[in-house]
Amino acid sequence: MIEVKNISKSFGTNHVLKDVSVTFYPGKVNFIIGQSGSGKSVLTKCIVGLIEVDSGEIIFDGRPFTGLDKWQRKEIRQEMGMLFQGSALFDSMTVEENVKFPLRMFSNMTQKEMDDRVNFCLKRVNLEGKNKLYPSEISGGMQKRTGIARAIAMNPRYLFCDEPNSGLDPQTAIVIDNLIREITYEFNVTTVVVSHDMNSVIEIGDHINFIYKGQMWWSGDKRQILHTDNKEINDFVFPSEFMKEIRESLKNA
Amino acid sequence: MLMGQVFSRPERLSLYRRLIIQEIDKIGLQSLGIVALLSLFMGAVVTLQTAANIDSGWIPKFTIGFTSRQTMILEFSSTIVCLILSGKVGSNIASEIGTMRISEQIDAMDIMGVNSASYLILPKIIAAVFIFPFLVIISMFLGIAAGAMAGTAAGVISLSDYEYGLQYYFDLWHVFSSLIKTLVFAFIITSVSSYHGYYTRGGALEVGKSSTQAVVYSIILVMISNYMLTQILLL
Repeated sequence: MIEVKNISKSFGTNHVLKDVSVTFYPGKVNFIIGQSGSGKSVLTKCIVGLIEVDSGEIIFDGRPFTGLDKWQRKEIRQEMGMLFQGSALFDSMTVEENVKFPLRMFSNMTQKEMDDRVNFCLKRVNLEGKNKLYPSEISGGMQKRTGIARAIAMNPRYLFCDEPNSGLDPQTAIVIDNLIREITYEFNVTTVVVSHDMNSVIEIGDHINFIYKGQMWWSGDKRQILHTDNKEINDFVFPSEFMKEIRESLKNA
Repeated sequence: MLMGQVFSRPERLSLYRRLIIQEIDKIGLQSLGIVALLSLFMGAVVTLQTAANIDSGWIPKFTIGFTSRQTMILEFSSTIVCLILSGKVGSNIASEIGTMRISEQIDAMDIMGVNSASYLILPKIIAAVFIFPFLVIISMFLGIAAGAMAGTAAGVISLSDYEYGLQYYFDLWHVFSSLIKTLVFAFIITSVSSYHGYYTRGGALEVGKSSTQAVVYSIILVMISNYMLTQILLL
C-alpha cells in the first residue's frame, strides 16, 4: 500500500499540488486521472522520488519515503518498477539487455538464472524470441511490453505506469491494459496508472483518483463514476453529448 | 554535487569494467583517425613554416627539427589535440547523456535505484583519462615523423639535420608535462560535457544547446588550465 499524505509541490509561484492525500491499494490497479496540467504527472514523480515534495509524507507499506536521502531510498526503489510514457528503454541495449539491466545491477543471480528470468518476463509479455532486437527495431507496442518486462524483472511490489497507452492503437492499448491488470493480480502488486485514456480506466481501473487543479477531487471505483454528481469528473469522463448518452444508458442498464 | 555522485561507490564493479572498455573504444580508439590525420598534416605544416621563416645563414638548419619537436611535444599534441577532442568527444558525450535525459532513460535508472550519474559518467572519465595520453603520444610521433617527411621531400632540410634537431637539448620533462596537461584536459572535457548532458531539460533543441555549451565550456576551461599548467610545470 502506498499512502500519500498532504503533499504539496510548487514550482516558483505555480502551486502544482495542493495538500494532496491519496491511498493506492495492493493487488489493485489504481488510476490517477485528470486534465493536462492538473498535476498528475508531478504527483507520480513525487511518489517515485524524481521530484522532491515541499511538504507532506509518502509511505510505502509503513516505510516513510520522504525525508530519506538518495542512498536510503535505494531499498524501496529496488521494489519499484516503472513503465514510462515513451518506454524509456536504453537504446544502446537489446531487448534482453534492457530486461536484464536491473538484475545485473542488483541481484546476485548467476548468468543462467538471469537468462531464465529474462525469458520468463519476455514470455509473460508475449515477446519470446525478440531478445536480440534493439528498441529501434521493434514497434511502439513491443517497446511498451519490453518496458513492462523490465519493470517486473525484479518482482516489484509497486508498479507505476505513466500514460501506458499513449501513441498506441486501440487494440494494442487493450493488450497493454490487460497485461498491467494480469500482472497486478498475479503478483499482488500495488499498481498506479496515470492516464487520460478513459477506455483503460473503465476496462481495468479498480480504484480511480481524479485530480483537478492540483487537488485530489474525487476517488472511487469505476461503477461510482457512472453515478457521481461531481461536475468536474463528469465533464472530464463524459465530455461529449455522445458520451453522456452512453453514461445514461449504462446507468439505466 | 554531481561529481560527488559520480565518484561514490559503484554498484557493480564488474559492470563498470565492461563499460570502461566500451568507452575506451568509443572515446579513444574511434578518435584515432582524426588525431592521426591532424597530427600528420600539422607536423608537416609546422616543419615547412619553420623552414620558410628561418631564412638566415646564421641559424642552423637543425633548428627546424628542434622547433617541430618542441611545437608538437609542448603544445600541439597535448593542447590542440585535446581541443579537437573537446569537439568530437565532448559533443558526443553531452548529446548522448542529454538524449538519455530527455527520453527519461536516466529517470528509469534513478527509479530502479541505480546511481545514474556514476553509471553514465564515471566510465567516461576513467576511459578518457586512460586513453588520451596514448593518443597524445601517437600524435607526437606522427607529427614529428610527418615533419621529417615533408621537410626532406621539400628539400628544406636533410634527414640527418632534422634528426640532430630532434635530439638537440631534449628534455624528457617536456613530454611528461605534456602528458600531465593531457590528464587534466581529459578530466575537464569528459566532466564538463557530462555535466551539460546530465542537466539537459526540454527536447531536441536543448540537447543541441547542451552539446554546444559542452564544447564551448570545455574549450575555455582547457585553454585556461593550459595557461596555468604551463606556468606551473615549465617555469
